[in-house]
Amino acid sequence: MTKAKIALMKGNEACAEGAIAAGVRFFAGYPITPSNEIATIMSQRLPQVGGKFIQMEDEIGSLGAAIGAALTGIKVMDATSGPGFSLKLENLGLAAMVEVPLVLINVQRVGPSIGMATSPAQGDVMQARYGSHGDYGIIVVSPSSVQEMFDLTIRAVDLSERFRVPVILLADQVVGHMRERLVLPPYEEIETAYRTEPSGPPQAYLPYRGDERGVPPIAKFGSPYHWYANSSSHGEDSFQATSDYAISKKLIERLTNKIENNKKEITEVREEFLDDAKIVIVAYGCTARSARGAVLKAREEGIKAGFFRPIVIWPVPDEELGQVADTARTIIVPEMNMGQYVHPVREAACGKAKVVSLSKVGGLAISSNEILEKIREVAKSG
Amino acid sequence: MWCPGCGNGVVAMSMCRAIERLGLDMDKVIHVAGIGCAAVAHWYTTFTALQTAHGRALASATGIKFANPDLTVVVTMGDGDAAAIGGNHLIHACRRNIDVTAIVYNNFNYGMTGGQVGPTTPLGSFASSAPYGNAEPPFDICRLAEAAGATYVARGAVYYVKELISLIERGIRHKGFSLIDAVTPCVTVFGRRNKLGTPGDMFKAQRKFTVSVEKARDMSPEELEGKLIRGVLVEKDAPEFTEEYAKIIAQAQGRGE
Repeated sequence: MTKAKIALMKGNEACAEGAIAAGVRFFAGYPITPSNEIATIMSQRLPQVGGKFIQMEDEIGSLGAAIGAALTGIKVMDATSGPGFSLKLENLGLAAMVEVPLVLINVQRVGPSIGMATSPAQGDVMQARYGSHGDYGIIVVSPSSVQEMFDLTIRAVDLSERFRVPVILLADQVVGHMRERLVLPPYEEIETAYRTEPSGPPQAYLPYRGDERGVPPIAKFGSPYHWYANSSSHGEDSFQATSDYAISKKLIERLTNKIENNKKEITEVREEFLDDAKIVIVAYGCTARSARGAVLKAREEGIKAGFFRPIVIWPVPDEELGQVADTARTIIVPEMNMGQYVHPVREAACGKAKVVSLSKVGGLAISSNEILEKIREVAKSG
Repeated sequence: MWCPGCGNGVVAMSMCRAIERLGLDMDKVIHVAGIGCAAVAHWYTTFTALQTAHGRALASATGIKFANPDLTVVVTMGDGDAAAIGGNHLIHACRRNIDVTAIVYNNFNYGMTGGQVGPTTPLGSFASSAPYGNAEPPFDICRLAEAAGATYVARGAVYYVKELISLIERGIRHKGFSLIDAVTPCVTVFGRRNKLGTPGDMFKAQRKFTVSVEKARDMSPEELEGKLIRGVLVEKDAPEFTEEYAKIIAQAQGRGE
């Protein structure tokens, strides 16, 4: 048996390696900071494993190419950052509608607009969930370390195939550019799901009839199963249904509920010191690192602080957050934006605990001390 | 779906006839469409199809062909789809010389949305968003494709249906990026607004405003003014993208030349 390898890598490098390990064999991209390393490494690594890399003419085209490639039956990825992410939203909505499994990396930088290309932010949290027009379900995963840039890229690939849905790995410049030690398991031992393909006679194939979870089987382009990957409103047979309100309603509900109703299979959280915690920090991404440090320091000072980290941030782990709110008095949500994830946390807490935002913008990460200060302040006010 | 008198059905039929003549495996033909009147052609066929967002057909077609070069990828787009919102994808597909066949249904306006002015609307023509006449000169999509590096460029017109079938057939057979500009009348909006007569009048008018590439050779620039040249305009051999990339894979895996 091959042994695990220890390596020192940048987060973006670990993400690219994770994709290779997960069986991604197609990457389409467009240059943008601070996600560039992912594309450059993929351009080198993919042909080595028989895969394909293409740099398209723009951000829209690169997600378009990834969608086309995914439909031929291979695992695909695209990576970008803020301004590029905005451009991708058109095709992200298309991928959600057509139900194309793919992984899109967003290494967040400061916005709005061009903002600050080399400084971190967490300003795309709501955009990742709700950015494209209309209603649909989507999965968003938030890594906090170089190891997780590897592990969660693999998880993202797995989830995208399981639910026939685009999955976003919402990283940030800190996690993308920092170097850390990581453990690389032997790639042949890494297992990721592969989409369910249809069986039975091709004439009976219904490309948009969900299984018990709401996920339909998907046929490879070029197989005997002919179908329309249809961006217009469509019935289970994939044919146009742009004047049928009942069909449209059923489709939109299924697209949303195949994610929202299957949280048990999707949700992933880390919980520490919650048993007696009166003040709980809910943090994700790079901010979760300083948040955990702050909780440890507060504990040393005798403050009963707890730590809750959603790893899959969308769909919201509302059941788990609700339990936190049952015992905690105050929940603090530190994030590098004007207060975005604080909203679903407040909704999940449902008035059972006070939810306060600790917001920081402008390109500097939130330090442990800043969070500790907030914990002390809350503890004092009782 | 198409209005009575529309020429789009002739273009779609020509595509089907060309594919039939080539004897292709129907499982391996993938039809990619953008959005608009042209991009509903896939509703009438039984090929596996992808309907993309407006203008993005060539980007996704590139992904399909690159991921699986064994597939025959045929793209249908309108003139606005191809040369306005999708213009960037068009020129880069030409430059990349990927073996995809693009058929542009060129009806000189945005038909589906009510006849707005488009990138091929002639100067001075009327459109719903050009009520005083179009103030912008049009693109010649064939010259654009040629300049961008397409290795097969042809123009057909629905009045000359046998020629159109042959042009598409030759385009699909061609190794590399092929573009066929198919001139087709939009009777309901463009025709009515510009008083171009009945569907029959609009089909017959193609005898006047188009001229074969053979005839055009003996005509002066003055005589060619305002005429669209039909036939094969470019046909040349050049390295095809997916084949070039196969060499890169071989090199990266240490099996290089």
